[in-house]
Amino acid sequence: MSMFSIFNVSGSAVSAQSQRLNAVASNLANVDAVAGPDGKAYKARQVVFQAQPMGPDQAAGVRVSAIKESETPGRRVFDPSHPAADQEGYVTHSNVNAVEEMVNMISASRSYQNNIEVMNTAKSLLLKTLQIGQ
Amino acid sequence: MLDKMTNQIGFQGTALVLRAERQRMLASNIANADTPGYVGRDMHFSQALREATGAAPQALAPSGGTLQAAQARHFALSTQLPSSSQNSKAGYTVQTQPSLDRNTVDMDRERANFMDNAVRYEATLRFFNGQAKTMLSAIQGQ
Repeated sequence: MSMFSIFNVSGSAVSAQSQRLNAVASNLANVDAVAGPDGKAYKARQVVFQAQPMGPDQAAGVRVSAIKESETPGRRVFDPSHPAADQEGYVTHSNVNAVEEMVNMISASRSYQNNIEVMNTAKSLLLKTLQIGQ
Repeated sequence: MLDKMTNQIGFQGTALVLRAERQRMLASNIANADTPGYVGRDMHFSQALREATGAAPQALAPSGGTLQAAQARHFALSTQLPSSSQNSKAGYTVQTQPSLDRNTVDMDRERANFMDNAVRYEATLRFFNGQAKTMLSAIQGQ
């Protein structure tokens, strides 16, 4: 019955949004991280969504197809006294943009709530359907 | 004679199945609100119900045609070639705001449609229940 596949579809959306929230949490935790001795700073991670067909009747769930690292160069701050400064005295911070991450977080949590609501509505409708004739 | 008794129930049963299918489409749209390149799907409910009950078989508009909105609040859907029998009822939602990632889902409208469809599903359930009980009481002679 078509209503049951709603749980699969919304379940996949909830799982994908929570992976997105995970990426946001990692990025925000590393917003002030500096490059280590190997010169590689933390790169912001973004999830890439992709629609995936679920079931035979065109229902489309969503999945995370890849987690990409952003290639924008990290912020370089001139601070020769910093223990991690390179030869020219610059310290490379991560390339995380905190404002962008907050927007991402708000959007992800709103989508998460919407999909939970879809699941609740579908569940109550199905339970009422089970009570036909009683 | 029995088909006269079950015709009304059959109509509501078909309506219920179609409502469930539309619910599923709207849930897919809401789930893919953030997916780049995703196009929202929806169905023209009254036409699908008419076709399913066989009351007045409507010829599908040729490819590229636009279904005219029967009421001011219905959105015009564009039909597509029925490549498979499954796809013949589903149209595409009209995009309200352009988006950088080519996603055409408008979350607010989808939520409103979802709520609307849920209430109508429940209404169809009640009608179905009422008719089943009427028939039952007629059979039992009360």
